[in-house]
Amino acid sequence: MDNQESATLLARLIGGDFPDDRGRFGPFGGRYAPETLMPALQRLEAGVRRYLHDSAFAAELGHELREWVGRPTPLTPVRHLGRNWGAEVWLKREDLAHTGAHKINNALGQALLAQRLGAKRVIAETGAGQHGVATAAACARVGIPCTVYMGAVDVRRQAPNVDRMHQLGARVVPVESGDRTLRAAIDEAFRDWVSDPEDAYYLLGSAVGPHPYPWLVRELQSVIGREARAQFLEMTGGLPDIAVACVGGGSNAIGLFHPFVADAAVRLMGVEAGGRGAGLGENSATLERGRPGVLHGSYSVLLQDADGQVQETHSISAGLDYPGVGPEHALLKAIGRVDYVSATDSEALEALRECCAAEGILPALESSHALAGARRWARENPGRRILIGLSGRGDKDMPTLSQAFPGAATTTSHH
Amino acid sequence: MSQMLLPHERVTAAIRNAEKASGVALLPFITAGYPERERFIPTLRALAGTGDVIEVGVPFSDPMADGVTIQRASRAAIASGVSLRWILGELRQAGELAAPVVLMSYLNPLLAYGQDQLAAAARAAHVGGFIVPDLPLEESGELAARLDAQGVGLIHLVTPATPEARMRQLCEASRGFVYAVTVAGTTGGSARAMSAGVTAYLDRVRALSPLPVCAGFGVRTPEQVRALSGHADGVIVGSALVEELEARRDPVAFLDSLRSRRH
Repeated sequence: MDNQESATLLARLIGGDFPDDRGRFGPFGGRYAPETLMPALQRLEAGVRRYLHDSAFAAELGHELREWVGRPTPLTPVRHLGRNWGAEVWLKREDLAHTGAHKINNALGQALLAQRLGAKRVIAETGAGQHGVATAAACARVGIPCTVYMGAVDVRRQAPNVDRMHQLGARVVPVESGDRTLRAAIDEAFRDWVSDPEDAYYLLGSAVGPHPYPWLVRELQSVIGREARAQFLEMTGGLPDIAVACVGGGSNAIGLFHPFVADAAVRLMGVEAGGRGAGLGENSATLERGRPGVLHGSYSVLLQDADGQVQETHSISAGLDYPGVGPEHALLKAIGRVDYVSATDSEALEALRECCAAEGILPALESSHALAGARRWARENPGRRILIGLSGRGDKDMPTLSQAFPGAATTTSHH
Repeated sequence: MSQMLLPHERVTAAIRNAEKASGVALLPFITAGYPERERFIPTLRALAGTGDVIEVGVPFSDPMADGVTIQRASRAAIASGVSLRWILGELRQAGELAAPVVLMSYLNPLLAYGQDQLAAAARAAHVGGFIVPDLPLEESGELAARLDAQGVGLIHLVTPATPEARMRQLCEASRGFVYAVTVAGTTGGSARAMSAGVTAYLDRVRALSPLPVCAGFGVRTPEQVRALSGHADGVIVGSALVEELEARRDPVAFLDSLRSRRH
């Protein structure tokens, strides 16, 4: 894409042209869904247009975000991390939102929308389990039964979240097909929806999928960036030099970035999962290593082979372990507005330990990728002001962390 | 005479002729190269003796409109090295079969192949049309135009939930035939009696469609085939046939058994 074209697309994005009538963010996005789902997607789109900016709906959502989710979440200055890195650092604390991650912003908004649209049941997919827990909680609050599809691999590595979903009344279905992670869970959730398009509402958890999902999820998650921008201005009198978020499907990142896209002086950086290394199947760094294609209903960037088969991925973090990415991120990369980099499993683990020790905050493994990317950038660009989206808390990662740091559990027992 | 017809017209003619001769056309579906890559062309040749149009599935890693049988078949086929490039190569070498072939593929393998090269390669491989289950009408313009330039059809799907105005558009845009999905759900599933709702729906599609209408999703028994005769021009048999192949039984005998009690 040349500079002129990029500038035009950026201006249109800032002007609110995207997604357009066809659900496109420039060349990316659209609606590639089976015919059985087309009426349901059209009903959903009409519902989004009718309710999302309707004053009664906005008032109810705002009330629930405040009184039930606990928004606004704090913007925490982290001086020890800042000193270590040679920077000034603030964390946007989505880990303190109800159920422990940003996922609740979207789950609550869509559960309220499902109720307005008369849904009899809600379907969701989950990777790390955070979206599943958030959806289970939101559906309990709103009063709609809920089924969560979760890859069998993730059921094992995120066991605490499976128990939480059960406690919150959700039915959890382990998915044994495909690669048995998030991608297979999405395939299976779509299959359920294809079988029950009239009564089921598919509560998709990331900024991916056919139109209108990437738009709907962005609108509901943008509360992160709006709050962070206002808080940053109030605390410092200015804006950060850079805002950093981790990117799997990309919902917390688009939520943080979107309200900053028009601020030309604010750099934006997305951090993908670099996994174990650069080889095919060793990472989930979609934007860094992928090519354009269609998966799960939209035209975006994918990790795929020469025949168009979607590749299996690896990340220590279940929430980033996904071979696709939201179409708006594909556009933001193509026009150069956001830099996308990656952090490896071990860099993320190291960043997690540093954050625990320096600040008394246990971040999710997903969010630890943002910390790792931000730390690297800080070392290359000393003395800057850095805003990091801390998308969730790490309690759910304890099984993985106990394996990664086998000594840590015994150091405090004095036998 | 088939030389005079465009590839998608040959598909239409095969269904019309079969319907005239025996009441309803049979369209067997197989996942390419499954369960054995070496048996792909021999199986096709055998099926072309009994089936009227053969539907060949291009395996994809994320078949979101398919049930467990085709998921399993797709995964195994990919693992054994089956790709769109391989399929087109085999079909080209095999030459024109006794029944026309259409390919069923999700969009991404077609994009990876390259839309610019696809239509000519398909024509050279005697492919009459494409069924692309994740390509709705709104997104189909580019592929349809390129296929059309080579006389290869883009076959659209309609469902019981499709509103009438949209159904009319889909029927008019389709080439070869119109694929009428009989149930909301994925492919495969258990044998169900065809309800009065299904036959009324098929009558509705047929009234709107200038092309033959073929019914698919979950057809397994001669009773179902008989119930669909008179309401559909053709019947697609997919998962049940793939299961016969998996069990190393004779697919032609199975197809014949579906026809046997038709009159």
